[in-house]
Amino acid sequence: MNELANLVKELEEQLVICIRCGMCQSVCPLFEQTRKEADVARGKLALLSGLMENIFADPDGVNQRLNKCLLCGSCAANCPSGVNVLEIFIKARAILAEYKGLSPVKQLIFKKMLANPKTFDTLTQWAGRFQNLFIKDQANAQGTSCARLVSPLLSHRHILPMAKTPFHKTLTDLSLKGPAQGSVPATSPTKGLKALFFTGCLIDKIFPNVAHASVKVLTHHGVALTIPEGQGCCGIPALASGDRKTFTRLVDHHLELFKQEKFDVLITACATCTSTIKKLWPSIYKNPTSDVKEQLKQLSEKTMDINQFLVDRVKPDFAMESSGITETASKTTGDIVTYHDPCHLKKSLGVADQPRKIIQAAGKKLVEMEGSDKCCGMGGSFNVYHYEISASIGNLKQKNIADTGCTTVATGCPACMMQISDMLAKEKRNIKVCHPMELYAQFLEENTQ
Amino acid sequence: MISQSILSELKKIVGPEHLLTEREDMHTYSYDAAVLDSQMPCAAVMPGTSREVGKIVSLCHENRIPITVRGSGTNLSGGTIPESCGIVLLTGRLNKIIEINEQDMYAVVQPGVITATLAAAVEKKGLFYPPDPGSQAVSTLGGNVAENAGGLRGLKYGVTKDYVMGLHFFDAQGRYVKTGSRTVKCATGYNITGLMTGSEGTLGILDEIILKLIPAPKARQSMVAVYNTMDAASETVAGIIAAHIVPATLEILDNFTIRAVEDYSHAGLPVDAAALLLIEVDGHPTVVAEEGEKVEALCRKMGAKQIKRAETDEEREKIWSARRSALSALAKLKPTLVLEDATVPRSKIPEMVRALQEIAKTYRIDIGTFGHAGDGNLHPTILTDKRNTEEFKRVEEAIEAIFDKALGLGGTLSGEHGTGIAKAPFLEKETGWSAILFSRQLRQAMDPHNILNPGKITGVSQ
Repeated sequence: MNELANLVKELEEQLVICIRCGMCQSVCPLFEQTRKEADVARGKLALLSGLMENIFADPDGVNQRLNKCLLCGSCAANCPSGVNVLEIFIKARAILAEYKGLSPVKQLIFKKMLANPKTFDTLTQWAGRFQNLFIKDQANAQGTSCARLVSPLLSHRHILPMAKTPFHKTLTDLSLKGPAQGSVPATSPTKGLKALFFTGCLIDKIFPNVAHASVKVLTHHGVALTIPEGQGCCGIPALASGDRKTFTRLVDHHLELFKQEKFDVLITACATCTSTIKKLWPSIYKNPTSDVKEQLKQLSEKTMDINQFLVDRVKPDFAMESSGITETASKTTGDIVTYHDPCHLKKSLGVADQPRKIIQAAGKKLVEMEGSDKCCGMGGSFNVYHYEISASIGNLKQKNIADTGCTTVATGCPACMMQISDMLAKEKRNIKVCHPMELYAQFLEENTQ
Repeated sequence: MISQSILSELKKIVGPEHLLTEREDMHTYSYDAAVLDSQMPCAAVMPGTSREVGKIVSLCHENRIPITVRGSGTNLSGGTIPESCGIVLLTGRLNKIIEINEQDMYAVVQPGVITATLAAAVEKKGLFYPPDPGSQAVSTLGGNVAENAGGLRGLKYGVTKDYVMGLHFFDAQGRYVKTGSRTVKCATGYNITGLMTGSEGTLGILDEIILKLIPAPKARQSMVAVYNTMDAASETVAGIIAAHIVPATLEILDNFTIRAVEDYSHAGLPVDAAALLLIEVDGHPTVVAEEGEKVEALCRKMGAKQIKRAETDEEREKIWSARRSALSALAKLKPTLVLEDATVPRSKIPEMVRALQEIAKTYRIDIGTFGHAGDGNLHPTILTDKRNTEEFKRVEEAIEAIFDKALGLGGTLSGEHGTGIAKAPFLEKETGWSAILFSRQLRQAMDPHNILNPGKITGVSQ
């Protein structure tokens, strides 16, 4: 334990910043449910200080409590002292996992599957083919399914099926060589701009339509795109479980892959991938060489959420796009759309206005829900290990969504899309779940030749 | 240590998931927001009903187990740091607003209701619950009553004690006591409600709180006055009070704090100003207009080099968010922050401000001063690093010097943070020995086994 105490000392300078004011209690979605101090950031930071002072006989209790966290970052965004809670928690998870060793199941998932994008792709594709044996379609607005047999892992979840064809399988059919036929004016901010699209696992395998929509939108606006083959996971699931090695392997893999490409901006349509690449790649990568450090820094600066990229960099004249098409527009405005702020977009990156502008540009009527920036309760593996709490947090979200009277809820993160779909499906709500890009792509399709 | 049989009794009362005994959980209930040594309890219980609270108190009374009640643990004087052989009683599940009575203008709440939640709920009905401690987004009303919490509006609207109409609580032996009423006036029996308010969990355990509500003010006007010297700003505070004008809020920020806030929030504050006064008057529109002008004229007369009125809600929000971010902004500068709340009669504010500047120099420490100047309650905020033992010793000496100065000016050790553990050793300086003896005898009579939050308030050794 003394050895562990020394390892945790790495975090001391970050830990002492917490003045125990307790303001994190007002925003933590988990604490709202349980009211237990060990569930909120202040308690967890105190536990890590305790580890550092070597007051526990073994680290299991702390580890268990540390892992019971959505990593939503609500606490960090609201922290008066500016404690970098997420970075501390992720590093601490890594320190504990390295000290204790990963569980065999996690080793299998991360080291054998996730760390190797090709194997992961093959496995998930098999899963996609065989899934109908185990789950049945619900034919509902969210397109979810639920388990045919009660399986302990799935319990009563309404899960979204794997896509028949993942996005990366369609890459060869896409012509991405340059801007769409329509000409890009010389004054266009996208003239000569080259973008790399990072797909991300969930979008690739469950929501390929989001990627197709993104490609459509970007191409429409004259952005030259490259989508390198062989992309994998951004690494957040491994990091959340403290597997820094797999994370490092994934980062290295992508650095190598991206080296062969020339691009000015890296775009993702996944809030979690964006914030992971932008913030965690440079801060968590252990002992980078000066060369890798520089690469990570540059990549971080180039990485952007697709909504933000479109609104802030491409700056299309949305008003002009919708002028003269009032007839069709009025057809689409029957849709009332509400928007959920993914934690990894709003709290982590400050992106909140841009997706809303996209929804409005798609001719939809945007209505705000109560607590649009409250976490949906997904939290990646949190949903797997603490499904009950995850569902009660998610249930608050689906209620707020339904209270707006909307027909569609849009959000900029596929993980949130999964959770919200599950929650809405359980309550049999007739509300569709989509990404702002899907709405906008559909609008472009209906209103341009 | 608490025996296994008592633990299983507790488990029976609250249910297994609401009894915590693991060392890790105990560590998370060993501290609050005060800069003091932590102390782990033996168990923590989270009752869901008042029946359960009663049973817990009776069980602890029979077995002489100390109880420390904890709301959100935002206490700044160590009032929620438990005894090592005792239990922590958590009010997190006792969080219902039982009634908001619009006709008679009162609310009945359980102790675990969050202050800001009640404030928002009554605002929806056109009513107003004024006490607004800095931690209102997380603090509980039970904690506010137990500590007699203050806030920014103390000057005109008073503090928590001015809004507590009645209380229901369990005494140390588990008997249910009702005190106060739902009427504006009440003259029956001792004023136990008044005694309980600010008793820091040492005289009983709250079950229901009846709080007074008032009509929301119809108009308000906020302004910022900029000063070249701290003296001129603090003289203005004394001048406004002497002119018998009572703003809702009258706050001061010194240059150290102004710079910290500006670095943090980029609100456009004048970083070269020696001091700012943030002022708000509220009430009937004509009165607000008249008082606003009077205050503005007074500020100018007393040396304000610039005065800016908030013309829109947005501008008003900007002023107060700058003030609210003061503590956060200072907290970012160094790892340890000691927030004091010594309070003086308002005419003595200029002298107290000068003394603070001298103390900072004498003890070579950083003190940011801001706070509720209008009610005499300054918040000298000391920035340090507890791990630097040599500096921290100077900090402790400086705190004592601040206390001495405040008392010398006819003030008090604590305006709103409570006595707790932090100020218990200094209490005699303010109240004298007889007051401590009186308090101890009172306590002994009410709680013969000394189980209610022992070690707090009534001096050091018992």
